[in-house]
Amino acid sequence: MIPFKRSCKEVAALIVAREDRSLPLADRLAVRLHMGICSACPKFERQLQLMRHAMQQWRKDENAEPGQHSSGNTQGG
Amino acid sequence: MPAMPSSVVLSFEQQLVDSRSYLMRFARLQLRNDAWAEDAVSETVLAALAKPQSFGNRSQLKTWLVGILKHKIIDTLRHHRREACTLDGDDADAHSDPLEFIAFKQDGHFSQAPADWGDPEQQASSRQFFVILETCASKLPPVQGRLFLMREWLELSSEEICKELSLTPTNLYVQLHRARLRLRECLELNWFSRPKAT
Repeated sequence: MIPFKRSCKEVAALIVAREDRSLPLADRLAVRLHMGICSACPKFERQLQLMRHAMQQWRKDENAEPGQHSSGNTQGG
Repeated sequence: MPAMPSSVVLSFEQQLVDSRSYLMRFARLQLRNDAWAEDAVSETVLAALAKPQSFGNRSQLKTWLVGILKHKIIDTLRHHRREACTLDGDDADAHSDPLEFIAFKQDGHFSQAPADWGDPEQQASSRQFFVILETCASKLPPVQGRLFLMREWLELSSEEICKELSLTPTNLYVQLHRARLRLRECLELNWFSRPKAT
């Protein structure tokens, strides 16, 4: 069991890291298992998800003039 | 081609002139060097002049120009690859653990659970949020900012960035890791913990 055990700090580092690289299987599994027993790390994960979503939206809206940003609910793309 | 009344349709040249400040905004953000940004934008305008096109609306023209700009910016970064990833004073948090932006207890637990940032759709509908997001990105230390925007604006893979800049993956991951944590911190301070003005 020990190989899958990670602290919140270690899991937080992995959650950030996986934005830019794929994690080894053991790390992916450890993150997955940790998420099931932790209440803080899923919140951190949601923050990173929101950032990813925000950057996507920012790229999509890059043609919006200052002052006329499109709403987030544009269809398609 | 019959001449159009200039009051109705701006010339292609005039449209390019009008796009300059917009292109500079992205070039500065990505390159973090005014001289490089000026050059990349000039190259973009030159390339556009070489194949004039007409577009139905401003936004199509911009999309086209930004597409050219992105290529010019990658050329610029490749050309200045050494300087582009040489850490200077502003990047000098090289020896600190970026996770210390977040408080952890001795046993590795969060000292305080991360805040609920709410619904992504809701943030994305706020123009002010994107102003803060862009400001936070522009405040990243230069090397972190360049690498982060290569990922997030130029949409290059980590492998491509390493190849373009002759970086080792470890170097790249460390900088991106720091950039993401700094950005998180900046958004937390400047957006998510702001007093709710309703």
